[in-house]
Amino acid sequence: MTTTTTDSISPAPPRSHRDWTWVARQPLVGPLAALILAVIVFSIGSPRFLTPYNLSLIGQQSIVIGILAVAQTIVILTAGIDLSIGAIAVLGTIVMAKTVESAGGVGALLIALVVCVAIGAVNGSLVSFLRLPPFIVTLGTFTAVAAASQLYAGSATYPVTSPLLTFFGQDFGVGAWRTTLGVGVLVIVYIVCFYVLRQTAGGQHVYAVGGNPTAARFTGIKINRTLLMVYIMTGVIAMIAAWAALGRIPNADPNAYQTANLDTITAVVIGGTSLFGGRGSVVGTLIGTLIVGVLRNGLTLIGVDNLYQNIATGVLVILAVAFDQIARRRTQ
Amino acid sequence: MTNLETVVLEAHNLVKRYGSVTAINGAEFELRAGEVLAVIGDNGAGKSSLIKALSGALVPDSGEIKMDGETVRFKTTLDARHRGIETVYQDLAVIPALDIASNVFLGREVRKKGFMGTVLRQLDKPHMRSESMRHLSDLKIGVKSATQAVETLSGGQRQGVAVVRSAAFGKRVIIMDEPTAALGVKESGMVMDLIRQIRERGLPVILISHDMPHVFEVADRIHVHRLGKRAAVVDPKVRSMAEVVALMTGALEPTEEERGGGA
Repeated sequence: MTTTTTDSISPAPPRSHRDWTWVARQPLVGPLAALILAVIVFSIGSPRFLTPYNLSLIGQQSIVIGILAVAQTIVILTAGIDLSIGAIAVLGTIVMAKTVESAGGVGALLIALVVCVAIGAVNGSLVSFLRLPPFIVTLGTFTAVAAASQLYAGSATYPVTSPLLTFFGQDFGVGAWRTTLGVGVLVIVYIVCFYVLRQTAGGQHVYAVGGNPTAARFTGIKINRTLLMVYIMTGVIAMIAAWAALGRIPNADPNAYQTANLDTITAVVIGGTSLFGGRGSVVGTLIGTLIVGVLRNGLTLIGVDNLYQNIATGVLVILAVAFDQIARRRTQ
Repeated sequence: MTNLETVVLEAHNLVKRYGSVTAINGAEFELRAGEVLAVIGDNGAGKSSLIKALSGALVPDSGEIKMDGETVRFKTTLDARHRGIETVYQDLAVIPALDIASNVFLGREVRKKGFMGTVLRQLDKPHMRSESMRHLSDLKIGVKSATQAVETLSGGQRQGVAVVRSAAFGKRVIIMDEPTAALGVKESGMVMDLIRQIRERGLPVILISHDMPHVFEVADRIHVHRLGKRAAVVDPKVRSMAEVVALMTGALEPTEEERGGGA
């Protein structure tokens, strides 16, 4: 061989400035463009869209799905999926509503936390130690938890009056710009999870476990522990979502949030996180949540039927996955 | 160069059986300071089992492994790593979406000092970036910045990152298991250069490879593995490629000296 030993591995050639496709490859460009486009279209379509009241409403409508979607993002980053997350949150609301009389506000929150974390730990143990497919595991817990909610609630709903449980329904703000504390909780959950994923070793390990599990094992990352922690964290976030849900609607209903599981996956996928794991961000999911929120709110304002909104959301999900696939092929 | 006669890592009479299959059948092994030792063998000769035993991925049934003359027992790869043995795998063991610095420090992340690090567990990214860049330039791997995601790199550069991770933390021995198997011709040449760079820094390298030209290009000695044990250790300056292949398949008998572990 005659290769020189001095300049062994040279950098990739600089990309030509005519090649604009790298812009489209930036993971957040697509979702952000879609969000801005939707905001512009609905601002023109309805004078009521771009008002402080309506923007706050979009935020409030996004609270529960938005919080759950953060947890879903982290699960999907590990190349997993959690179909039970919405059902866990619903059970959380019922546990809070039914135990608050005897245990008090703080007690009810703690009991709900224990229940939600326990279900998350069951999911996590089955996925990590028994290596069962997350899709099947969480489909099972979804079915079981949804039924448990119905049984526990006795097919009734429970209005909640405890000031602590409905705390996040309070509003704050300046002048016309007011929104509820629940929106603040949504923002805080995103900031905390963003920090954990980007700035801590545990967060990096989430990307490693989802992106290349073999490499993760070789470098000494404890894959089982990482997966278990992710599903336990899902339980914690489901409990927070349940609390925020009672702030939004102070009524625990086993039939509420029936589509929450799939709605969180929709938000994650539209936000550009890859269902194959290891690629994506909670920032994308926040944008994805807002796209769905803006789409539903805007279409309602211009008088489009609910079912057409579902069709629009479905098309958006397929487009997002198509973009992910194309981006993947380009980088390989 | 370091004294070539000093033995860094050795194994005697290693045996590993899986039911009725004997993967390692009384194998000998010897790695000297500062050398590149190629380990070759036909498929099923048991060379990967031997390497796994040396890197802690497999616990042998009997026999002993010594480092610097001292008996060691590796129950996991972590045990071997604590002893300064690092392994580079063929299948580009990097995380595509993470940046170079995160990949180099994967599993060994450095946290910030003080409140941010101990309580909020924040990573010291600036430190990891500058350290990564230092290691990369030590091995003459040209990348623009350690914040680049590994998926934006070429195959050779990705393997370079994996090699840097091992070279940065491997204090005693670097094991490379078919490091060029997933790479093209030009990129394989880059990895060969990396192996020479590591040798120049005084670290011994165990290179497992099927590629005879590569083996003859960089190896100081060649360990020929056959039927679960060491058949010979040969000098690539004495034996031709055809002879080594013949030794590997049993078509040629090694000399007494080669059989006994070479000069």
